[in-house]
Amino acid sequence: MAEALQIRRRTPLRLWLSCGWLTVFFACAIFAGPLSPQDPLAQDLLFERLPPFWASGAEPGFWLGTDSLGRDVLSRMIHGARIAAIVALVAGFGACIIGTTLGLIAGYYRGWVDQIISRIVDVWMSFPAVLFAILLVAVIGTGLTSVIVAIVVIDWTRFCRVVRAETMAQSRMDYVDSARIAGFSRARTLFREVFPNVLPVIIAVLTLEMGIAVVVEAILSFVNLSISSDDPTWGGMISEGRLSIHQAWWVLVFPMITLFLTVLSFTQLGEALRERFDPVLR
Amino acid sequence: MSFLTIQDLDVRLRGSGQRLLRGVSLEVAQGQVHGLVGESGAGKSMIGKAILDVLPRSVEIAGGRITLGETDLTALPAKARRHELGQRTALIPQDPLTALNPARRIGGQITDRLTRVLGWGAARADARAVELLDEVQISDPARVMKSYPHELSGGMRQRVLIAAAFAAEPELIIADEPTTALDVTVQKQILKMIAAMQAAHNTTMLFVTHDLGVVARVCQRVSVLFAGHVVEDADIHTLLSVPGHPYSQALLSATPRYDDPRASLRPVPQSVIDATRAEAEAHDV
Amino acid sequence: MSEVLIAVRNLEVSLPDMAHKLPMGRAPMIHILKGLNFDVPRGSVIGIVGESGSGKSTLGRAILRLIEPTAGTVIFDDEDITHTREKSLRGFRQKAQMIFQDPLSSLNPRHTILGLIAAPLTLRMGRAEARTRAAEALEMVGLPANFARRYPHEISGGQRQRVGIARAIAQRPTFILADEIASGLDVSSQAVILSLLQDLVRDLGLTLAFISHDLSVVRRLCDRTIVMEGGKIVEDAGTAALFTRPSSDYTRALIDAIPLPVVDQLW
Repeated sequence: MAEALQIRRRTPLRLWLSCGWLTVFFACAIFAGPLSPQDPLAQDLLFERLPPFWASGAEPGFWLGTDSLGRDVLSRMIHGARIAAIVALVAGFGACIIGTTLGLIAGYYRGWVDQIISRIVDVWMSFPAVLFAILLVAVIGTGLTSVIVAIVVIDWTRFCRVVRAETMAQSRMDYVDSARIAGFSRARTLFREVFPNVLPVIIAVLTLEMGIAVVVEAILSFVNLSISSDDPTWGGMISEGRLSIHQAWWVLVFPMITLFLTVLSFTQLGEALRERFDPVLR
Repeated sequence: MSFLTIQDLDVRLRGSGQRLLRGVSLEVAQGQVHGLVGESGAGKSMIGKAILDVLPRSVEIAGGRITLGETDLTALPAKARRHELGQRTALIPQDPLTALNPARRIGGQITDRLTRVLGWGAARADARAVELLDEVQISDPARVMKSYPHELSGGMRQRVLIAAAFAAEPELIIADEPTTALDVTVQKQILKMIAAMQAAHNTTMLFVTHDLGVVARVCQRVSVLFAGHVVEDADIHTLLSVPGHPYSQALLSATPRYDDPRASLRPVPQSVIDATRAEAEAHDV
Repeated sequence: MSEVLIAVRNLEVSLPDMAHKLPMGRAPMIHILKGLNFDVPRGSVIGIVGESGSGKSTLGRAILRLIEPTAGTVIFDDEDITHTREKSLRGFRQKAQMIFQDPLSSLNPRHTILGLIAAPLTLRMGRAEARTRAAEALEMVGLPANFARRYPHEISGGQRQRVGIARAIAQRPTFILADEIASGLDVSSQAVILSLLQDLVRDLGLTLAFISHDLSVVRRLCDRTIVMEGGKIVEDAGTAALFTRPSSDYTRALIDAIPLPVVDQLW
């Protein structure tokens, strides 16, 4: 009894910081237009490789400098956030819906359905994910939609595995038998009794998945397989910045820091949610 | 002359100050088995934890003394107390499943105390462990020493834990519901084993249980607890035949018994619960 | 209407043993119930006892068809319930109810107490009527009306077990299976819950199967007792006779192992 009382929930600082950063991230994504000081696509060869605002030779209005074509780094990063956010949300939810549905069915109905789904997941997961993504985009063509499709096709297995395991654990609980004795159909029991109890885990994995989607998108842009290189993406900026690292380090470093912080925030939030919903700690 | 003495032990929740033990006093003579009975939340396990200095961090000792032989444990600095306890006490835990580390072989888990606390050599400790496993009637002790916990049945694991508890010849053993997780037929064997080992080693024992039937098997004296307060402290014959406190009486009538079904499983009257609670809370000033 | 409410014939349950499954092959089967036969007369209270691994809980679940039997039949109220489709079990699902060992795991933590009792009723009646009947059931098990809106984790173990009972009786069943319903409780709550159940079964004229590891409790509650060991019935007799003249050695050993609250040097 006393041990139970000992567990007090505190929201750690890093969680607040993560939520704060993600708020900024999504705000940038939504209000990319009004927030950007410059047009992210406007090239101006007179202003190429301007340093960030604190260095000598900086120009007002170009806070984080410009790249080798004279495009404003800050504005491109803000617009890059929009693409990252679209990928995170659409790909994350897409993978979540497919994986969760299959996971629930496999974990609850078991038997041959489970056998088939589990085998597919096993085979799916034995491909190296990033290579698979590159191959897939190369086949179906570049573009935002292709990136999202690739991420969904690869990452639904993550949801499927976790949801299946949790559904199996929940199905062993007496309340599932209790619902059947009450006369509820199997399908109703799954969606009204089991699903709400699996939902917390799904939310936690979804958050983690969004961070992963952002990384995958950046990798695909880096190897030029995402959307057209004119459109600003973090991965594309890192890729371009790499070429002028000795002349203009800022073109590379700022998008990298942003990418790092965003993924870290998603991961932190996902871990915290997972911990909070862990049945052992609950 | 008592061996283990607890005087006015007061244990509270840190922060809220909620009382978990309210001035508990008891005396256990050397070589005796003393039972602590009560329902969940009565604080019976808390007493054992306070003695062994393993209270949860959310809980603190707010007052009272615990004396073991001539040593006042509560007066010792933490490190010296740990040393003293390591040398002189041992625990038989409730759940044989979680009390043994699943990743380590049985042998090492028995000899830990001997090699770490008493500084014995490995060969001597191993020989002693085999001897102990033999004493708790485990056939083929050498093989069991090399086994992992999951390879043993619940009853076997509990025997291993008993062997481990007696290994370093402690002066005091605290048994915390050691048979609650077991089937009745296994429970019978384990209780007999504990009683035999205790008698052979002349160990003083504090036996925590919720089951008056179990108390009757192993204990000479019993303290009945309610809301962290000792409502009655009597020898086992008196408690079971003419319990002095209304709560003890009610607890006895609530206990199911096949030999007298009509007189058992009687709900504890609310008036008794209220009166006993008032009595316990009268201690809080 | 026959005298026998439940007739169990040659009931067998085997489950695949996943722990010993070979990577590619089929898992070997563990035989949990090995051909059981017995009747439960209408209005009787029958005890099913045994130690862990005896198969008593599996038997309970097979009677309620929560587990599909490998062989054999269960006849409930003159109807074979083992060979019908789940969909045609509607009537059976209302007549046969279960109370679980662990009320915390049998009550979905995300519903209120009233919701938990009323939800199954909405299959057969309107929401308002279901809620009225759920409130009645709550009153019958002696829980105050203000418990209706609480959640399972907000009430004590004994109270949760009352909710479990209320949930079963709200269906107006003819049969209730109680699976170790008192084993997680303190003796005082145990006494309260068992007398409540006993009164309700008598007042409502129900048939009760009481699964327990505790023979003392069975002695107090049941007319007849079935003793199980290793998936088989080792003894099936009137409770009083079973305790005074057990015919099997196993039953005798089981009874002898119960620690009575009496000082007994010979035990």
